[in-house]
Amino acid sequence: MSRKIVIPFGPQHPVLPEPIHLDLVLEDETVVDVIPSIGYIHRGLETLVAKREFTEYVYIAERTCGICSFIHGLTYCQGVEQIMDLEVPPRAHYLRTIWSEYSRLHSHLLWLGLFADAMGFENLFMNSWRLREFVLDILEETTGGRVIQGSCKIGGVRKDISNEKLASMAADLKGFEAELSDLSDVFLHDDSVKSRLVDVGKLTRTDAYDLGAMGPVARGSGVGIDLRKTGYAAYRDLRFEPVTETAGDSYARCAVRVRELFGSIDLIRQAIEKIPEGDIEVKVKGNPDGEYFSRSEQPRGELVHYLKANGSKHLVRSRIRTPTLTNIPPLVKMLQGCELADVPVIVLSIDPCIGCTER
Amino acid sequence: MAFFEMAKTAIRTVVSRPATLMYPARPGKKTGLSRGHVVIDPSRCISCGMCMKKCPSEAICVEKDERIWRIDRLRCVVCNSCIEVCPVKCLRMDLQYSPALLSHSGLETFLITYVKPERPKKSETGENADA
Repeated sequence: MSRKIVIPFGPQHPVLPEPIHLDLVLEDETVVDVIPSIGYIHRGLETLVAKREFTEYVYIAERTCGICSFIHGLTYCQGVEQIMDLEVPPRAHYLRTIWSEYSRLHSHLLWLGLFADAMGFENLFMNSWRLREFVLDILEETTGGRVIQGSCKIGGVRKDISNEKLASMAADLKGFEAELSDLSDVFLHDDSVKSRLVDVGKLTRTDAYDLGAMGPVARGSGVGIDLRKTGYAAYRDLRFEPVTETAGDSYARCAVRVRELFGSIDLIRQAIEKIPEGDIEVKVKGNPDGEYFSRSEQPRGELVHYLKANGSKHLVRSRIRTPTLTNIPPLVKMLQGCELADVPVIVLSIDPCIGCTER
Repeated sequence: MAFFEMAKTAIRTVVSRPATLMYPARPGKKTGLSRGHVVIDPSRCISCGMCMKKCPSEAICVEKDERIWRIDRLRCVVCNSCIEVCPVKCLRMDLQYSPALLSHSGLETFLITYVKPERPKKSETGENADA
């Protein structure tokens, strides 16, 4: 039996966009154990909840993550609205859904690009990000921000989208979908991509469930958990089915995300078709008193904001649990038994977002 | 052959124009809602301090006695909150974001030049003097 050696991976590594440190215990070229450690970019955003008014904390909640920022703001607002029993107008629900789905498109395209980059497929990386630019342009045109939208507020949304703009957005999606299907063919059918992904980083259905995998990691292993099915925002009025794959390898997780892109386009179309007329916000009176677990589906999985208020204008406690945190134990399981050269691809296949994990 | 799935996109990219703008020869894209930086009209500011209270990053400081409105450009997160709460709409958002700085000197101070218009004096009987 060969000697065990430990190789550090991260926090700074060419494939990692964000800092996570893994100690890889190797026997020859095979990883036998992994010890993850985080804590490089803790910013103490949760503590700020006691120092900023609950209406202002939306801006901070949004800045928890630089990719799924809108969904963080939405989840926080939902939590406060539930505590205060606010009835959000239906149009605001639909606008939130549309922006959530655009955020998902932009997050998945960003990830597909990074994933292609990790495989060494530069052309695919550039093309994924070129398509992502289309989504970012729409977000900027409708909210004013490319990455930090800032359009969600307690009681509704800040900005309305005119019906003409909605119609042109729906029309533009057609060309986007055609380009996306060219790109998705490469991810799903190209042999050089498949040779790097198929049977790499296997996670069985039982392991995914037991270790608390969330989002595309769980769905890639056949666990059909999708928080959008709980019907928050306008999802209760829209038809969709969670995308699942059964193989549980990196290719399955990639395929889930590629198919979710088309699912998001379909959801945006449905939302634009069904969006009602009316107000976009309700007036907020008084201060919140109570506690609530607000949950939503981020591009990476389930996001939980726990909020506790005591009737003053400052909340007492905010606790954010992000999907990457729950996806780290499954990641450790996936890495055990893999080859050293496959580690970057497997780590990226869970779409790690350490910025929001550490807050 | 599934080895050449990318060929169609790659060839199209070679013959088409670049996807990027030739910045800075061509200016970057801006939309009507783009958030660049906050601009104040000091002749209309009534020093109410609402922008200071509602700023989530504590970037704005209003000194009523000294008639000063100060913003730290490096703290400002360009969230549009101050512009929404301003009662006299003397703040607005410029589309161009502020340039990069060479040193930590993002403080910008503006002298408020607003003059409160004089109200017609009331006479002793409680009616307007000019009535």
